[in-house]
Amino acid sequence: MNELFDRKVIAELSDTMGADFAAELITTFLDDAPNMFADLGTAVSEQNPDAFRRAAHSIKSNAQVFGAVTLTNLARDMEMGELPDSATSVDKLQASFEQTAAALRGQLDE
Amino acid sequence: MSDPTGHLLIVDDNKVNRLLMSRSVELLGHRVSVAENGKIAMQMLHAEKFDMLLLDIEMPEMDGFQVLQALKDDARLRDLPVIVTSSVEGLDNIVRCIELGAEDYIPKPVNKTLLRARVNSGLVKKYLHDEQRKLLSRFATDEVARDLENSGFSMSGKRLIATVLFCDLRDFTAMSEHMAPEATIELLNTYYTLMFEAVTSNGGIVNQMIGDGLMSVFGAPKPIENSGYCAVLAAQEMLEMIDVLNEDRSAAGEPSLKIGIGIATGEVIAGYTGTNTRATYTCIGKTVNLAARLEAHTKVAGKSILMDQDTQRELGEEILCQPIAPVQFKGFTNPQRIYSI
Repeated sequence: MNELFDRKVIAELSDTMGADFAAELITTFLDDAPNMFADLGTAVSEQNPDAFRRAAHSIKSNAQVFGAVTLTNLARDMEMGELPDSATSVDKLQASFEQTAAALRGQLDE
Repeated sequence: MSDPTGHLLIVDDNKVNRLLMSRSVELLGHRVSVAENGKIAMQMLHAEKFDMLLLDIEMPEMDGFQVLQALKDDARLRDLPVIVTSSVEGLDNIVRCIELGAEDYIPKPVNKTLLRARVNSGLVKKYLHDEQRKLLSRFATDEVARDLENSGFSMSGKRLIATVLFCDLRDFTAMSEHMAPEATIELLNTYYTLMFEAVTSNGGIVNQMIGDGLMSVFGAPKPIENSGYCAVLAAQEMLEMIDVLNEDRSAAGEPSLKIGIGIATGEVIAGYTGTNTRATYTCIGKTVNLAARLEAHTKVAGKSILMDQDTQRELGEEILCQPIAPVQFKGFTNPQRIYSI
C-alpha cells in the first residue's frame, strides 16, 4: 500500500459520491492546507498550545480522509505532543504534506 | 419504510470536513446548513429550526464542548439531538461529550453506513419527542407543558396548595341511550372541547376524563396565587358555554344539557402516577375527595356550582355566593360549610 494516500479510499469516494466530488475534495484540501500550515507556524511562534493542537488536529483529520497514513501519524504525534520551541517538527510535517500533495495531484491528473 | 428526513446543521471549522459531511448528509436525502464554528452555529440555532446537529469538537471561537454546554442551558434547544463527529483523541473527550448530552459519537473519517443509521435513529427519536410534546400540550396549557418539560417529568410527589374542580354532565347516560353512538361521541367531544377551553384559559389543567366527567386542577404543577378564584371563573365560563350549546341544541329540537361543578381548595399531593412508560399527572388527598363530593351534592342541592369555604374566601366581594346548609360528607369528620353561586 502506498502510504502517501490510499487509492482504495479515493476510489470509494469516487464511487459513492461521484468522481467530480472526489476531485473537488482533493482540490479543497490542497488549497486549504497552506492556511493550516500557516496557523501551525503562527502557533509555534506565538507559543499558543491550543492553536497548535487545533491546527495539527485539522491536518490529521484531513489526512485521514484520503488515507494518508504517514501524514496522519506525524500530525497526530504533534496534536498529542508538547508545543515545540522551534518549527523543526512543523517543517518535517510540511515535507510529508508536500509528498502527499504531489501524489494526490498525480491522482487528479489520471 | 423510508428513512426520515430533516434539516441538519453541520458545524465544522475545516473546509474539507464541511464539504465531505454536507455531501454525505445530502446524499442521505436531508437538507443541510453549515456553520464554521460554535458561535455561528448558536446564532443559526436561535434564528432557524433544525432537527439535528452534527458537531465537531476542535474549533476556534467556540468549541464543541462549549456548544453542548450552551444547548444544555437553553430550554428551547435542550432536546435538539447532537451527534458529535470528530477525530478528537482520547476516550475521556468522547465521554465528556456524552456527559454533556450528546446523543452519539461518530469518529472521523465518518463511515457512511454508521452515519445513516445514527442520523435515522436520532431523527426518529426527535420526531417522537416532538409528538409527545404535542400530546402533552393537549392536556395542559403551553405554560404548564413547558414547566413539566423543564422539571424533567419527575415522578416524585409534591405536597402543595391547589384547587380541584370536578365537572359532570347530568343524566348523560340516560340521554345517550336514545342517541346514535356516533352522536354520543360527537356530543362528548363538543362538551370536552368547551370544558377544556374554560379550564385552560383560566390557568388550569384537565388531568382526568372519565366518561362524561372531568377533573381539573388549578395551581399545580405550576403554583397560582389565587387558584380558587381562577377555578370559579372557569366554572362560570363552563356554565356560559353550556348555555350557548343549549341554544343550538334547542333550535335543533334536542334536549338541553346540564352540568354540575364541585370546587375545593386545600392541600393536595400532586405528581406523576403510573409507570415509566405510561403515566398521568394527578392529585390526590382530602381536597380532591371534597371536590368530588361537592360535585355529587349539586344534584341533591339543585345547584350548578358548589364550593368549599377555602375557595369562597378567595372570591372577595366580586363574585357573590350564598351559603347553603352545611353537609356531613362521607369520609369527613366535621360538617362542611358550602357555598353556591
